[in-house]
Amino acid sequence: MGLFILLFPFPASASVSNPRSFQIDAKRFAYAPAVIKVNKGDKVSIDLVATDVVHGLAIDGYNLEVTADPGKTAHLSFVADQAGSFRFHCTVTCGNMHPFMTGKLEVGQNTLMWRGAALAGLAAFAGVWKARK
Amino acid sequence: MTRLQGIPWVEGVAVEEKAAQVIKRRAHSKRLNLYRVPWLRPLIESHWPQLLMRIFTLSGLVFTIAVGLFGSRVGSHNFAIIFVWIAWWTALKLAFIPFGGRSWCSICPIPLPGEWLQQGGILQAGRRSLGLNLRWPKRLRGSWLQSGGFLLIGLISAVTLTAPQVTSWVLIGLFVLAIGLSLVFEHRAFCSYLCPIGGFSGMYAQASPVEVHIIEREICAQHKVKSCYQACPWGLYPVAFQDSSACGLCMECLRACPQDNLALNLRPFGSDLGKNRNTTRLDEALLALVMLGSVMVFSAVFLGPWGWLKTAAFEIGSLRWAGYASGFLLLNLIILPGIFTLAVWGGHKFTSNGYKLKQAIASQAQALYPLGLMAWIAFTVSFALSKLNFVLGVLNDPFGWGWHWLGSIDTSQTTSIAGISSFIQIMLLVVGLFWSVSVSQKLSAAKGKAESRTNAPLLVFNLLFTLVMLWLLVG
Repeated sequence: MGLFILLFPFPASASVSNPRSFQIDAKRFAYAPAVIKVNKGDKVSIDLVATDVVHGLAIDGYNLEVTADPGKTAHLSFVADQAGSFRFHCTVTCGNMHPFMTGKLEVGQNTLMWRGAALAGLAAFAGVWKARK
Repeated sequence: MTRLQGIPWVEGVAVEEKAAQVIKRRAHSKRLNLYRVPWLRPLIESHWPQLLMRIFTLSGLVFTIAVGLFGSRVGSHNFAIIFVWIAWWTALKLAFIPFGGRSWCSICPIPLPGEWLQQGGILQAGRRSLGLNLRWPKRLRGSWLQSGGFLLIGLISAVTLTAPQVTSWVLIGLFVLAIGLSLVFEHRAFCSYLCPIGGFSGMYAQASPVEVHIIEREICAQHKVKSCYQACPWGLYPVAFQDSSACGLCMECLRACPQDNLALNLRPFGSDLGKNRNTTRLDEALLALVMLGSVMVFSAVFLGPWGWLKTAAFEIGSLRWAGYASGFLLLNLIILPGIFTLAVWGGHKFTSNGYKLKQAIASQAQALYPLGLMAWIAFTVSFALSKLNFVLGVLNDPFGWGWHWLGSIDTSQTTSIAGISSFIQIMLLVVGLFWSVSVSQKLSAAKGKAESRTNAPLLVFNLLFTLVMLWLLVG
């Protein structure tokens, strides 16, 4: 049942491919903006600007990576063809908190979280039901 | 209370209660006594395997401290950071505790030198022991100080987890404290009352499938010497065990029992949970809530996209850090305990019973153990598993000095587990919630059918915590 709720495919909503551009400033363990939202199918263009030391940006699940030198801009473009929430993180050791320098790319609706919430509700109900049985 | 001096009936257990014993044996039928497994018994019976393991971990601790102090200052290139906070911390949460309870305590190196000094020998107590052997102050008993220690580490976690020298100094501090307390107080005072990891492990050990348990109570009652108690470095008396939280699985009681009346049991998960105990101890409830609050904050700081929060947690002593510290303490000491108390109180307000609020809080705290344990495991999945490749890197070059002990290997790439980690985390959180609700219902059902209504607010509390963790980890 749990796997069914997590994996059952919802009918995909019709999406229009739009070009989306972002400038992400990377500075001292943080990206600004740290969360970028696009629709599935959008052509995404990111300018990564490192404002203090060398920073990188790799997006989990998309197998993309770019590195920007201090004061320079690096460019990254891709088609957001996978829906969901994806973390991006720095790829160049930039200081103590480097391993935790992260941001988030949201492509369309994060249905996984809502599925998880539904599953949690079901688990709570099942816990009560099991104890009453 | 599992200590001998705390049990008034210890000399007078009714030996004629045969029927009660039969019931007790039946109640423990779902156990496999590992001490009776022929190939395992010699390994447990002999001191040597455990001693060798402890000497190995002690050497590892000394090496880790040295590397932290003298190696690279870049955390991801230093053995101390990667081994303590990625390898060991992950192993503790993913293997030692869920499958072995306090098994780490049985090989932990931190109390080792203090214990040797205290007993005046390495394998056995010598003729001359050092130390004052004072009894631990009664007002400091329980897990209050362990909660405090965990909060203290939480306040400086961003620096401890990323600065090798700070990790080394924290380890040195714990090491010196353990030795010092062994020389002043009897038994393992540091492990029982101060060690934050001991508190963490002990609490979640109650959900684990391992326990040390007596086999026949009347045999213990007839045995006047109490050799198990005499042998226990923790000062525990196994007859009085109500759960597995205090036992450090050192196996000394099994070795000492002349009647072979102790078992190292493999049991169903969560066997200690859901039992109504006549206790009003709030220290365990606070520890459970501190663990819930800490895992939420750590998830936000280390996995969240909020750079300002990371900076605030990292800049110790700054105004921003003061704000972070205040929020961290407020959440752990006021907000969560307040909401939990309200939930328990709210449930009991609508039922007429003589159940005291303090007792209800202490009892219902058990339901938070599986919730917290699974939340910590879910946090670890994305926190540590993606960085496990760093372990190979620091084994190759522990000090970060450009060595290649394992040859030329590429350790620069992180392991991408993004595709599956979210699914695993959701399942872990959901299992934790189901388990927690089951325990809570079981506790209430034991008080009568009407009492199950008391669980509605607690159910909401547990569900809300799960939803917050879902948002932090996969949102």
